[in-house]
Amino acid sequence: MSLLSSARAATGRPSDEPPPPDDLVVVPARHPWRWIAAAAVLVLVAQFLHGLITNPGWDWGTFFGYFFEKSVMDALLITLQLTFAGAVLGFAGGIVLAPMRLSKNPVLKSVSWGFIWVFRSVPLLVQLLFWANLGYLYDRLQIGVPFGPGFFSFETSTLVSAFGAALLGLALHEAAYAAEIVRAGILSVDSRQLEAAAALGIPRLRQFRRILLPQAMRAILPNAANELVNLLKSTSVVYVLAIGELFYQVQVIYGRNGRVVPLLLVATVWYVILTAALSVLQHYVERHYSRGYVR
Amino acid sequence: MIELTGVTKSFGTLEVLHDVDLTVPAGSVTVIIGPSGSGKSTLLRCINHLEKVDRGRVRVDGELIGYRRVGNKLHELSERHILKQRANIGFVFQTFNLFPHMTALQNVLEAVGKQAEPRGRELLARVGLADKVDAYPRQLSGGQQQRVAIARALALDPKLVLFDEPTSALDPELVGEVLDVMRDLAQAGTTMVVVTHEIGFAREVADTVVFLDEGRLVEQGPPSEVLDNPQHERTRAFLSKVLV
Repeated sequence: MSLLSSARAATGRPSDEPPPPDDLVVVPARHPWRWIAAAAVLVLVAQFLHGLITNPGWDWGTFFGYFFEKSVMDALLITLQLTFAGAVLGFAGGIVLAPMRLSKNPVLKSVSWGFIWVFRSVPLLVQLLFWANLGYLYDRLQIGVPFGPGFFSFETSTLVSAFGAALLGLALHEAAYAAEIVRAGILSVDSRQLEAAAALGIPRLRQFRRILLPQAMRAILPNAANELVNLLKSTSVVYVLAIGELFYQVQVIYGRNGRVVPLLLVATVWYVILTAALSVLQHYVERHYSRGYVR
Repeated sequence: MIELTGVTKSFGTLEVLHDVDLTVPAGSVTVIIGPSGSGKSTLLRCINHLEKVDRGRVRVDGELIGYRRVGNKLHELSERHILKQRANIGFVFQTFNLFPHMTALQNVLEAVGKQAEPRGRELLARVGLADKVDAYPRQLSGGQQQRVAIARALALDPKLVLFDEPTSALDPELVGEVLDVMRDLAQAGTTMVVVTHEIGFAREVADTVVFLDEGRLVEQGPPSEVLDNPQHERTRAFLSKVLV
């Protein structure tokens, strides 16, 4: 009641005279706990920032010394190459595997199912070591008639370098996950869309490319971006094959100078920056595919 | 133009069409009525092979739909050939099924290609949507979407157009604008087969009214006979419920 009477006082009306109904002032509800919670969190954030600046363990001098250092830049380039190639090969595989798994052909369906099952089951790290040691299983690889004579023959160790093994492992691993992401996208499109396309006599491949995929992209993109960020960080696993990517390189440096924390921070901050860049890219690509969905 | 002989179709153990014979002459309008579940939509979908018939023949312009006869056998056509046959048969869906990521004009041109743009614009003008060529389906009302769908079906210059309950998903005040477009098409001599519950439209526009019940063709004839003087008890019972 006190709120009401003060509102009346504000309009300069005697408090015993009821105001006309359209003259009542709306007072929003107050939320004191929001202020208290915000203050508590801000104190914690301030403490953390204070620690970042004052704790000598972070060793910011070393951090900035190595952040743009030549060997770190070269390693960053390799991380980007692995991410880019892994994503392109992985999603190319996924775009083939997903329709295979949804097809009516039992052979295609089972093979796709089996591929996804195997490559999602094997940890990336284990798979990478397998590919790197392929030479123990097959010391020579050849192209020719199946079970018959061969035309070209290669030594496994020259064909599958450490980088090749890393790429193979990442691509196969990615393809299995990408296949499921693409399949989810395809399933999200109303089946009547394809029926309409079929009724118009639009050829099958064109139905997939022009009608199905653009609509499926809306469901694919958020998951694909997630997977891409995951891949970016998964490239750090290939350090086991002694490939000079970002994480391997900072280990080499701190193995030499012993400044573990600032160098781990160099890698961390680069991963954060690259993820941010991917998120910006995601925003624009998603906007492109939301054509017709925003009024 | 369309010739159905002995068309029979089952979904599992449920027989939805039983030995249906129907002839639709070129330039005529045939309206199929009947209670829900009577097989009206299935019959329509058999005409462009969206459903496969179990027995019987479907011919459009003398051409067997979905099959090729070799000696005493019917070989199912490859999907490519069926798609080619479908290009001669326009189909308008109850739920419009426009492509949501394309504008009205892009929807109309998708099956015919960009070079047909003048004709696409002309068709959209014909259904009264000259000012909506660049609108996306979501920006259009149900009635406008269905009119775009009709323009899209006409873009291929089909020999006939099939309508599957084209006004059933529309708000009552939007039904009229779609029926007006269909009436114009009928007057222009388009061969049409329409599944609908709009008895008034059937009476006014149809050359032939077909009554379907439990997958059987019960009665057919001009509207003055089937609608106003039905011979069969089941037709009378259905009409008495619809024409309240």
